[in-house]
Amino acid sequence: MNENILEMRSITKRFPGVVALQDVNLQVRRGEIHAVCGENGAGKSTLMKVLSGVHPAGTYEGEIHFESKQVSFSSLNDSEELGIVIIHQELALVPHLSVAENIFLGNEKSRAGIINWHEVNLAAAALLEKVGLRENPVTPVGHLGVGKQQLVEIAKALSKDVKLLILDEPTAALNDDDSAHLLGLIRDLREEGVTCIIISHKLGEIAAVADSTTVIRDGSTVETIDMAEASNNGEDLTRRIIRDMVGRDMENMYPGRDVTLGEEVFRIEDWHVSHPTQRDRKVVDGASLNVRAGEVVGIAGLMGAGRTELAMSVFGKSYGRDISGTVYMHGKPVKIESVSDAINAGIAYVSEDRKRYGLNLIDDIRRNVSASALKRIAPRGWINENEEIAVADRYRTSMNIKAPTVMSVIGKLSGGNQQKVVLSKWLYTEPELLILDEPTRGIDVGAKYEIYSIINKLAASGKAIIVISSELPEVLGMCDRVYTLSSGRITGQVPVEDATQERLMELMTMEKD
Amino acid sequence: MTGTSNIIELLTRNLRQSGIYIAFVLIVLLFTVLTGGTLLSPGNITNLVLQYSYILILAIGMVMIIVAGHIDLSVGSVVALTGGVAAVVVIREGMPWWVGVIAALITGVLVGIWQGFWVAIVGIPAFIVTLAGMLIFRGLAMQVLDNVSLSPFPEEYRQIAGGFSNGLLGGPGYDLFTLVIFALASVGFAVQQWRARMRKLEYKQTVEALWLFAVKVVLVVAVIMAFGWQLANSRGMPYVLVLLAALVLIYGFVTQRTVFGRHIYAMGGNLEAAKLSGVKTRRVNFMLFVNMGVLAAIAGIVYSARSNSAQPAAGNMFELDAIAAAFIGGAAVTGGVGKVQGAIIGGLIMAVMSNGMQIMGIDQSTQNVVRGVVLVLAVAYDVWSKKKASVSS
Repeated sequence: MNENILEMRSITKRFPGVVALQDVNLQVRRGEIHAVCGENGAGKSTLMKVLSGVHPAGTYEGEIHFESKQVSFSSLNDSEELGIVIIHQELALVPHLSVAENIFLGNEKSRAGIINWHEVNLAAAALLEKVGLRENPVTPVGHLGVGKQQLVEIAKALSKDVKLLILDEPTAALNDDDSAHLLGLIRDLREEGVTCIIISHKLGEIAAVADSTTVIRDGSTVETIDMAEASNNGEDLTRRIIRDMVGRDMENMYPGRDVTLGEEVFRIEDWHVSHPTQRDRKVVDGASLNVRAGEVVGIAGLMGAGRTELAMSVFGKSYGRDISGTVYMHGKPVKIESVSDAINAGIAYVSEDRKRYGLNLIDDIRRNVSASALKRIAPRGWINENEEIAVADRYRTSMNIKAPTVMSVIGKLSGGNQQKVVLSKWLYTEPELLILDEPTRGIDVGAKYEIYSIINKLAASGKAIIVISSELPEVLGMCDRVYTLSSGRITGQVPVEDATQERLMELMTMEKD
Repeated sequence: MTGTSNIIELLTRNLRQSGIYIAFVLIVLLFTVLTGGTLLSPGNITNLVLQYSYILILAIGMVMIIVAGHIDLSVGSVVALTGGVAAVVVIREGMPWWVGVIAALITGVLVGIWQGFWVAIVGIPAFIVTLAGMLIFRGLAMQVLDNVSLSPFPEEYRQIAGGFSNGLLGGPGYDLFTLVIFALASVGFAVQQWRARMRKLEYKQTVEALWLFAVKVVLVVAVIMAFGWQLANSRGMPYVLVLLAALVLIYGFVTQRTVFGRHIYAMGGNLEAAKLSGVKTRRVNFMLFVNMGVLAAIAGIVYSARSNSAQPAAGNMFELDAIAAAFIGGAAVTGGVGKVQGAIIGGLIMAVMSNGMQIMGIDQSTQNVVRGVVLVLAVAYDVWSKKKASVSS
């Protein structure tokens, strides 16, 4: 059991101008679950790219030994041939193809180029059974939720006779149920002898599932923790990992603040929204809620509960149809028919998917920051570009956006910095209500703390804030009051003093009578 | 942030944009040598402007459409239709020349409304809508003209494309008026550059070193004046050039400095994000196609005035030249990237190549092959430079 399936020795990888990895060592024992942690930009993904051959041999220094043999991969195919399969954070499935077609994509079961579909579907069904996914193999992947798609990815990996499975942030987009199922599956795979490397920001998860954990900080290995040994010694594993990651003890994951509540800023009453294509399906069903100035209100709900749908339907009817209900700003009813109406009313919505809905990735920081409030730098219709640069530069400093200049292209920034740009963009619209949908998804611990501090500062300055989150500790740590949402209905309203994870989960899973 | 940037920074910062200018200069030099200097002779420069002006006008609208993530295949047919309408009004009905111009412009607006409706309001991909438009407007052009060509236009109408501002101030063998106009343009350019520089300094931004700034301004002014000198030595300044210059200035400003222009880029970069940022995407798309219709009408007027007739087959394949100009000029196939000035340079590259090869007596078939290869190479360069930019991160 103590034999190492993988040894990466003294890996150094340089990009023009930066050293991404410096003398990194990684030893993974056969048949274990090995977690790799580190802040965004610490070099985890680069290390995995070196391992899987995305960065081919010769572009880095150091040695890779796999099953006691030195290997050098010049492409992804080389590493897959030996049984190393990587599943990326952004799933690489083709939505219009069926589950079975996706599983065997690039690896089709064929004779002389002709595919035997019965055989394919049969084989796919067997793999689906193995990963615990009860779906017909001919279902298009696009019809499945993210959690199930993740399972399809794993089935795909299994079809390649995987020995070492690398999962990059596998549960980032999953709700608690799906995450639990996925982690259980990884444990089952371990029993069958599949070694697993899991990259994750969710430290609770790591503590629960990993046999050992390697922490990387600023491109170097900090240490490898033997989890069983450490927990036998009675150590707080999460705290130790956090300390390794950020290089200091993080006293509190959530910065504290003094709460001063003002007048009510925002209220919706009897809000109904139907599904855009299935009219008889109510996505939001009679929701009412309010937020006061200086207050941070949480909306907790499982995936599919209608959280994002609620927010986007309020934000200029950006989702759904047959929307009814009333929006009040400062006690007065307002009519919001379009996104620009919503912005004018003082509402800002920061999407959960910043790459798809929040940013123009091919453009620079400057133009992204000004995108929603061009009027402010173009009072007479033409843009004062100098003012625009100055504005963006102010946010770069105040938000601590790590980029050389405001002309840096967004696509090249890390997730945390991208999120800060999105926040800057919406703050520049001078909103009174900020709806933050999963504001810390895919962001590392250090940047999370920064985002929390920003949220607190905004609340202190009198803004009303709604935080939508699927991480209950985050909801409990950040909010003053929490609404729970289940199947489109608000099932409870709990002041944070009375809230526990168990109590919220109970409300979040409450069924319709 | 205050400071001055050096020359290497200046050149490499925007390889994608500066590459096209370097390519243009090289192509001009190449064909000047190959044609033994004929390319840059006064007569030929005038000819070049006249011959390709309508493609450049179309390219302005096309690059905006492409930046927004669409395409317009119908502009060639719209050139025929609007030219045809003008001819019917002026030649067949005997109305004054300006009634014909207005009729053509209104036709262009109607065409734009039609296409804008399907693309922006109904949501059909522009490729399909304008492919249909290519057939529809060609058909309408034939019907309007009863399938025969109409000519000749009255003198005033022909002046639009063939007129020159000649001899207003007289001059010893060259047109003084043209030189004065170009001198004013040079001064205007220098003043505008200087003011922009002062504004930047006011905002404590990086500017290029003063000597570099001076060299840049002097070089541009030299090119403008050399161009003016050649024109003045030929037939004076063509009215079309004035029209073209005005369009380039207006649309350069609209795309780079106005909220409308910024919205076009935002939509091309990420449509969903643009919608959620409050961009009224339907309105912008609609306006883009109406604008394209108007520019196609202007091109149609210029083309019919130049050929002194309206033909059912006019403007055939113009759409492809305009699209090629936009892509050679650095527009991205996926939208979100591209500039009016780039499209103009792209169009000029096509123009210089065609014209140069014509002077050299190379036949049409070879010309097509060469132009096609250049188009592929230009886009390949764009793809390559994008890859390079993303690797160096």
